[in-house]
Amino acid sequence: MNLMKLVEYFRTQVRQDPEVPSAVAAIRTLLEFLKRDQTGETILGLRENLTQTIRRLEEADSSVAVSSGGELFLRFISLTSLEHPDLSQCKKVMVERGELFLKKISLSRSKVAKLCHTFIKDGAKILTHSSSRVVLKVLESAAADKKRFTVYVTESQPDSAGRQMADKLQNLNIPVTVVLDAAVGYIMEKVDLVIVGAEGVVESGGIINKIGTYQLAVCSKAHNKPFYVVAESFKFVRLYPLNQQDVPERFKYKADTLKAVEDLAEEHPMIDYTPPSLITLLFTDLGVLTPSAVSDELIKLYL
Amino acid sequence: NEGKELSKEEKQRLRKQKKQQKKQKERKNEKSETEKEKTPVSLLPPPRPVATQKAPSALPAPASAPIPVPASAPFHSSPAPSPADKPAKSKAELKAERRARQETDRAAKQPGSSSSGIKTKVPLSELNPVVKRLPEHVQVDDPAVVKRLAKKLERQQIPLRSDYGYKVSLFSHLHQYSRKAPLTQQLSIPSTVIHPSIVRLGLQYSQGIVAGSNARSVALLHAFKQVIRDYTTPPNEELSRDLVNKLKPYISFLNQCRPLSASMGNAIKYIKKEISNIPSQCKEEEAKTKLLTCIDRYIEEKIVLAAKAISKYAIEKISDGDVILVYGCSSLVNNILCEAFEKSRKFRVIVVDSRPRLEGREALRRLVQRGISCTYVLISALSYILPEVSKVFLGAHALLANGYVMSRVGTSQIALVARTFNVPVLVCCETYKFCEKVQTDSFVSNELDDPDDLMVTRKGKTQLENWQDVSSLGLLNLVYDVTPPDFVDLVITDLGMIPCTSVPVVLRVKNLDQ
Repeated sequence: MNLMKLVEYFRTQVRQDPEVPSAVAAIRTLLEFLKRDQTGETILGLRENLTQTIRRLEEADSSVAVSSGGELFLRFISLTSLEHPDLSQCKKVMVERGELFLKKISLSRSKVAKLCHTFIKDGAKILTHSSSRVVLKVLESAAADKKRFTVYVTESQPDSAGRQMADKLQNLNIPVTVVLDAAVGYIMEKVDLVIVGAEGVVESGGIINKIGTYQLAVCSKAHNKPFYVVAESFKFVRLYPLNQQDVPERFKYKADTLKAVEDLAEEHPMIDYTPPSLITLLFTDLGVLTPSAVSDELIKLYL
Repeated sequence: NEGKELSKEEKQRLRKQKKQQKKQKERKNEKSETEKEKTPVSLLPPPRPVATQKAPSALPAPASAPIPVPASAPFHSSPAPSPADKPAKSKAELKAERRARQETDRAAKQPGSSSSGIKTKVPLSELNPVVKRLPEHVQVDDPAVVKRLAKKLERQQIPLRSDYGYKVSLFSHLHQYSRKAPLTQQLSIPSTVIHPSIVRLGLQYSQGIVAGSNARSVALLHAFKQVIRDYTTPPNEELSRDLVNKLKPYISFLNQCRPLSASMGNAIKYIKKEISNIPSQCKEEEAKTKLLTCIDRYIEEKIVLAAKAISKYAIEKISDGDVILVYGCSSLVNNILCEAFEKSRKFRVIVVDSRPRLEGREALRRLVQRGISCTYVLISALSYILPEVSKVFLGAHALLANGYVMSRVGTSQIALVARTFNVPVLVCCETYKFCEKVQTDSFVSNELDDPDDLMVTRKGKTQLENWQDVSSLGLLNLVYDVTPPDFVDLVITDLGMIPCTSVPVVLRVKNLDQ
């Protein structure tokens, strides 16, 4: 299957269902590729093609989630290929399992929401950052549980994603206020807890999220407010950044920027890294984890 | 051979029984005359009636002929007959005897289990296995423990090394030896009990000729290979049992020369496991070659290939323009830096060193030889130099089960100051150095080096020359310290990059593999 067609397929997926996580769309695309692929003769050849496809997808959408979804799929393929050395049978099993896997992870958001909304008490004031669909789901289920709470959302420049989040929350009849990114320190004393989503969860238990999350985490630590992260398990990625500089360049900027611009030092990074020492708990579909338990889960997943 | 008819577990039990009987015999002899009436009485009556009943059902394979023997055989006889006595009774009879005694002891033990103290060497499989013994090397100030150790060494015919000099009170529970009095001075040449390559190794350890965790383990394994090559199974003995017993006095001897490191402990555990897993039908030559290949494989996998894997991960973390700080001389860290330099990464190194070992000079020599630009400072200049540093690479002597890093003294200081300056600290450690021990401070278990090393001669004057004469003066030369996991950002192992808190997970995964 042509790589261009694949990228088109991926983009259509995202366009048709704006709710779908980008990692899931990526995995769906890869599964489609697997189904349509006629050229592969050996398993190694299949792996090569898949790696190429993943790289192409990453070029199209440079978020961490696509990378983690792709890696997860690749690992899943390698494990299956070990059990069934015959290619055609292997493919059949892979497609079956792939469908099962997709079904499981599409339910992961609701699992996370179910775990997290109990931590939101009646009368709570919540601070969140930018626009995250998982956080939206959490707040939705908390509202459905007849809890009363108010939400503060940071505006999250340069794309003002926070305003979209505010609109969506208003549609759910949740009282919401948009605050400037610079007003995080000002508002921190009023809030009770901070909930953010994550684009990727790294091996140390830290997260990679929209720029401004690190500031939010540092402020909440200084005020002793709990900092909760909600993320599905397919966002776990095999990176280990030591500091902001250590995050690979291909994640920091949007895909078009990476291709167009020569000197990246002049560009604004879109994401930052929050170290695990600032995070209180992570809510995932694998359960409620402390940052040090993330490494446990990753070892179980990948080793 | 009748010995092969009993399964492995039964043989192990018999051996434990033998040991236990020996202990009981010693305890009996130590007790005063007033007690003498009690203990023999308590030992004898229960066994006799029970033995005749239990013996028939207890014996699995050997013939029924030995049954009358236990009842009449004198229980006063030494339960561990020396090889000279062995031909006197047939092997089956002895085994039947032991079996019977074991059964009776188990019966006698049930009500009396509460009387056994924590420090007695009761076979743990028969008691609640929660009881753990403190290792002898951290109980030097307890005379009972020292006496027990002395007796054990006497039995193994190894000289006991005596402590030297005044010990600082906080560390009085640890040994402190002098390098000028090596253990080998008290040995007769040639030593009948200890293999010459082990004697050489012990001397190399105690004089500091072979130093460093990896170097010591590799030297140990090579010495054991020589021992195995020169080993011949005595008649009526099995290689898997006898070789392990032969190794025990060697290990005690090496422990006396210099306390064993965690990596050496793990290597020894591996060798003992491999030896005891040799099937009894195996011919001697075959078994020996098998063991030699096992040891070679261990060295290759756990040390050489692990170093390559760790370099591969570590090189990802070294970027151009980095200023890397290293402490002391870690073979692994030097390896990583040399590999990174070969892969044309542009970086410079700051080597931090400390007295009295001054190991940093060796690291400096190795790095400069490769062409890496280095700076050399002493540890007192650490906070001065740290603002320039972008990363800290540290080696480890062992990684403890609670995530603490045990390394050369001074490492925790470096990690602490680096944390204050927000400089990432990376620890590089192979998985064979992970140990199940748990320690939260550097006092509990450590090593005290020769205090005379702290004396320095400048301009012809040695200030501390007569330090022994000053009664209130103690010189402390610590070897290791522990760094808490909050100061360490990343641990690079051959399994990948893990946070410091995930060490127990790796230990668990390793145990599952075995």
